[in-house]
Amino acid sequence: MSDPKIEGYEFKSGFKGMAADAGSDQTMFKGVHWGKAMMWIFLLSDTFIFSCFLISYMKGRGSTPIDWPNPSKVFALEVGGVSVPLLLIAIMTFVLITSSGTMALAVKFGYERKRKLCGWLLLATALGGLTFVGMQAFEWSKLIHEGVRPWTNPFGAEQFGSFFFMITGFHGTHVSIGVIFLSIYAYKTFAGHYDTGKRGWFTSIKGDYVEIEILGLYWHFVDLVWVFIFAFFYLW
Amino acid sequence: MEETKKDQPSTTHKIGIYMWIWGLLFILSFCSYMVDWFQFQGLLRWTLILTFMFLKAGLIMAFFMHLFWERYALVNVLLWPMTAIACFVFLMVAEFKYTLFTRLFYFVVGGGV
Repeated sequence: MSDPKIEGYEFKSGFKGMAADAGSDQTMFKGVHWGKAMMWIFLLSDTFIFSCFLISYMKGRGSTPIDWPNPSKVFALEVGGVSVPLLLIAIMTFVLITSSGTMALAVKFGYERKRKLCGWLLLATALGGLTFVGMQAFEWSKLIHEGVRPWTNPFGAEQFGSFFFMITGFHGTHVSIGVIFLSIYAYKTFAGHYDTGKRGWFTSIKGDYVEIEILGLYWHFVDLVWVFIFAFFYLW
Repeated sequence: MEETKKDQPSTTHKIGIYMWIWGLLFILSFCSYMVDWFQFQGLLRWTLILTFMFLKAGLIMAFFMHLFWERYALVNVLLWPMTAIACFVFLMVAEFKYTLFTRLFYFVVGGGV
C-alpha cells in the first residue's frame, strides 16, 4: 500500500509477480522503500535471535531433572489479600496489544495525511510502551526482592532466573528502544517533517509517511515476540 | 526512489478491519489467560496455548504488519526461513531428551554401578 509507482515498471501480483521480482534487474523489491525492505530483513534476523533464546530456554527447562518453578504462582499478584495468578503479565499483554492497535491506526492515518491524529496515536503508542516497561521494572524488582537471581531462586530449578532475566530483559530493551523512536517520530510528525519532506538527521532521505510504517513494523514485531514469550514462558 | 510521487494519495485500508483485528487479539489474549485461570493441564493446555499463540501471531503479521497485502516475493523471503527455526526446535527437543536421560541415569540412578 505504501509502494510508490516507478515509471515503466508494472507490478504483477501473485506468483508471477514473485518470479518477476526475483528475476528483475538491479533491485529485487522494485518500488518498495529500501528502509522498509531493510526493516523486514532486520526483523528476520531479530526473529532468529529471539528463537535462539526461546529454544535455549526450551532445552534448559526440558533437560533439568529438578521441578521448574510454577509461573502461575511465581508471577501471581496479591490483590486485596487474594492471590491472582499472572495478573500483572495479563495486564502487560493487554497494554502491549492496545499500543499495537494504536500503532496500526497511526500508520493508516499517516498515509491519509491526518498529521495531528497520527502524531497523537504515536504518542499513545509510546505511552503504552512506557507503561509496559514500567510494569516490567516492577515485576523484576519484585522477583529480585523474593531472591530470584540468574544463578538461583527459591522456587525450583536454578536455570529459571537466567532465562527469565535474559529473555524478558532483551524484550524490554526492544520496547525501550521502540519508545525512544516513537517519541522522536511523534515529534517529527507534529513538526510536519513528513508532509514537507524535510530530510532526516542521519540520512539525506526526504521525510515520508512510509517511515511511520517502518517504525510500525518494528513495534508490531515487539508485540509479536511478546505473544511467544507469554505463551512459552508464562503459560507453559 | 526519488521518483516517489508525493501528491499521489496512497490507498489505505478501512478502519473497520483494524478494529476487528484489535478486538480479536483482545479476545484471544483473554482466552489464553483463561487457560491459566482454569488451570487446564496436559495436552489440552498445550494445544490451547499454541492455538491461541499462532492465531495471534498470524493476525498481527497478516494485518497489522500488512503481510496479507504484500507482494509474494517479500512474504516468501520472510516466511521460508522459519522452517530453519522449526528444524532447530526439532533438533533441540531430541537433544534435551538425551540430556535429561543422561542426568537421570548418572545423577539419580547412579549409572547402574
